[in-house]
Amino acid sequence: MSMINYASREINCKLVYYGPGLGGKTTNLEHIYGKVSPNTRGKMISLATETERTLFFDFLPVDLGTIRGFKTRFHLYTVPGQVYYNASRKLILKGVDGIVFVADSQIERMEANVESMQNLYDNMSEYGYDLTKIPFVIQYNKRDLPNAAPVRDLQASLNPGWPIEDGAQQKVTPDPTRPGENLIERVDNQWIGKASYLEAVAIRGDGVFDTLKAVSKMVLKTLS
Amino acid sequence: MAGAASWSFSESDFKQIQQHLQAFLRDANARCALLVDRTGQLVATVGEPPQFDPTAFASLTAADFSANDQLAKMIGEHEFASLVHQGEKESMFLADVAKRVILVVLFDQRTTLGLVKLKGKGVVEKLNKVFEEMFNRVGAGGGSATPQKGLLEGAEDEIDKLFG
Repeated sequence: MSMINYASREINCKLVYYGPGLGGKTTNLEHIYGKVSPNTRGKMISLATETERTLFFDFLPVDLGTIRGFKTRFHLYTVPGQVYYNASRKLILKGVDGIVFVADSQIERMEANVESMQNLYDNMSEYGYDLTKIPFVIQYNKRDLPNAAPVRDLQASLNPGWPIEDGAQQKVTPDPTRPGENLIERVDNQWIGKASYLEAVAIRGDGVFDTLKAVSKMVLKTLS
Repeated sequence: MAGAASWSFSESDFKQIQQHLQAFLRDANARCALLVDRTGQLVATVGEPPQFDPTAFASLTAADFSANDQLAKMIGEHEFASLVHQGEKESMFLADVAKRVILVVLFDQRTTLGLVKLKGKGVVEKLNKVFEEMFNRVGAGGGSATPQKGLLEGAEDEIDKLFG
């Protein structure tokens, strides 16, 4: 739920990093926190257990610049990835403007990824939000590990696409972040839409800002 | 609904909210009042400027209120419309406004919880009215017409430039 404050000339938007436990959601935020100038970011809040597992959420406010005289402020949240924290995970989704799904590329984590993606769809639909209609990107993290599954396998499991029924949208739409690939295309006589995806090694910072940029740009474009 | 509805408020809404809160702080002898929306964004601060990071405070307030909402449901209550966190010197009173915003009052030993609660009830009623009018006017809360849709119309080049 983006909030526009005409008095302070600010646009506030909420981004949520979702995904299975130990997938790198908090690492994404920590990298952003470390790299962004202290003038353009606020304090990072982590509600974590003693073993640094996210208990409720991590929170980081970041200013991304000014458009039309309005400061664009993004509030970044992570959710606890572990399955049994669903009640608190769902609370964080309230009022979300854009979602990053941080998938763990390791083959052994495939089941956990799929379970978390299903859980995201379920929690969103309980709020009446449609994941296929809001800014949404998938980050395939840990691409540097030897046991990382090929991207096409991850895509097949986590981003198989959804049917596009609205005639106005039924046109080939190139993926701005991946030349030669399409976000909307016709497959076997049916129009299919997919989420944008990016590859990352969050612990080194690779792909972290590209992911943030991709999703924030989508969010701002929903206001244009 | 595709996503969450957006909402916005104008400078005159803001002034009205400030006036109500200033009067309340005077009557209740409280230090500071903050308005936080349910998604954790700070809407307004009135009174003594807080000595902490208000953005972080707002996100924690929303999480606190949401968690307590769920606890209320678990014990069979519809909601906890207000919450109190009492410390040795500093205390907080939180109350729901129009189901979309949370009023947070910071107070110390110069007043009493009873007085804050009593005066809080009055200001919540006034704020409920202001916010309900505001939401009705902009069609937020489920409506499709939001005023800021188009705020950045034609700004796509600027958005592209922002992200290099």
